Amino acid sequence: MYLDISNISKSFQRNDEQSLQALKDINLEIKEGEFISLLGPSGCGKSTLLSIIAGLTKPSSGAVSLDSKEITEPGPDKSMVFQEPALFPWMSVKENVTFPLRKKMRKHEQEQAAAAYLKMVHLSQFAENHPHELSGGMQQRVAIARALAMDSGLLLMDEPFGALDEQTRLVLQEEVERIWLETKKTIVFVTHSIREAIKLSDRIIIMSARPGSIISDFKVDIERPRQQQDMAKLEEDVMAILKTEIENVMKEELQYAGNH
Amino acid sequence: MPVIIKRILFFAALLLIWHGIYLLGIWPESMIPSPLTVAQTIYAGFADMTLVYDIIASFRHLFIGLSISLVIGTLLGVLLAKVKTADETLGTMILALQSVPSIVWVPLAIIWFGFTEASIIFVVIIGGTFVMTMNMRIGIKNVAPMYLKAARTMGSKGVDLFFKVVVPASIPHAVTGVRLAWAFSWRALMAGEMLSTGPGLGYTLSYASDFNNMSLVIGIIIIIGVIGSIVDQLVFQRIENKVLKRWGMEEAA
Repeated sequence: MYLDISNISKSFQRNDEQSLQALKDINLEIKEGEFISLLGPSGCGKSTLLSIIAGLTKPSSGAVSLDSKEITEPGPDKSMVFQEPALFPWMSVKENVTFPLRKKMRKHEQEQAAAAYLKMVHLSQFAENHPHELSGGMQQRVAIARALAMDSGLLLMDEPFGALDEQTRLVLQEEVERIWLETKKTIVFVTHSIREAIKLSDRIIIMSARPGSIISDFKVDIERPRQQQDMAKLEEDVMAILKTEIENVMKEELQYAGNH
Repeated sequence: MPVIIKRILFFAALLLIWHGIYLLGIWPESMIPSPLTVAQTIYAGFADMTLVYDIIASFRHLFIGLSISLVIGTLLGVLLAKVKTADETLGTMILALQSVPSIVWVPLAIIWFGFTEASIIFVVIIGGTFVMTMNMRIGIKNVAPMYLKAARTMGSKGVDLFFKVVVPASIPHAVTGVRLAWAFSWRALMAGEMLSTGPGLGYTLSYASDFNNMSLVIGIIIIIGVIGSIVDQLVFQRIENKVLKRWGMEEAA
């Protein structure tokens, strides 16, 4: 098994001495080359789970292993794209993309790699610009190029298009799908958009909130590129599952607000 | 109306009012000299090079003192940002020292170093160090967690993470620190020089006062103000704006 998530639980200590359980007993096996989405309402711990896979957050119990090797810290075997582009503003676009390559390659190899990945996200002509000169969508494409440049087998994406407008989002979804088809990376994609998950993934994991746990795990067998009319039925089914979840979360939040 | 015209008109009006008061003759010329006399005094000072030597001497004190204060301030700032215990102890002391006006250090400097340039430089160092420290500390503490996370996922950690991400990310605060350190040092410099045995603008100012040379007193006050605002606006604010723009923290003006 490529990525093996076993018995992951995570609790956070809160200020009021109560601990908040974000994840409970998550078990998940992900195959190499699979495009998998973690879908759920906000607060279901999907981003926390991704952060644990990335090695940025330590689980309270359980372990994640990549190619049978336990993940204990972030590293070059997995790359990540965040909701914010998180580009370094003091570097040019090209320097941002070569940042993860500094110690691995010689200068001219870095340049070649950067050029190739910037071409992949259609930003070749912006290599010398600085991030603040680019639109939000373009910045996120640079972030994707930077993650791809690490050339790891595993790409983690944490609501990468969450802060973008609808048109940009659609364009970038297609780019990610194309890149995935070209590179055959394993992608773990966190989103709260049902349509986005259905459009892109081989497999969708639906999570419930507080504590976050897996309530549904199914394959998406629709031919790519996926058309709106083919996705409609599945979208309704997923919506039905999530609706109960979202209602539960709302109820709980109202209760919490009432008690405090 | 363009800003520059407004400013010219404002200063012209100010000079006219000043000259009018002088013409009224209520106060003796030793208290309110005419702006023309002040201009002549400044001109004479530049012609016989005395003011030029004063300015050079003042800048030498400032350059040495400010450089040292920036180095100490940067190191202390990093220490306070990185070591919690240092922040909780030394940090509170530096915060208190920051509120002590620099002229307070002059008597202490004179006892330690006598009426020497070392005294002046000491006061200048004290003047700039603490504000640089506090800005550097904030700069390093306020590095966006996003940058750190992103860098860590790209395999950067430890020394590499500090020098490649934390330091450059804190540059905007550091630049503000340098600008404020310059402003504080410039004030401290004048305080230090006024009690020194020269040369220097501050020394000549107190010398002029001792000899009741009011036009030179006003002339030097004007020179101090002009140099201060020129360096601040033409040098430091430009650098600061450029950095803030490049770091994406401010729209281009």
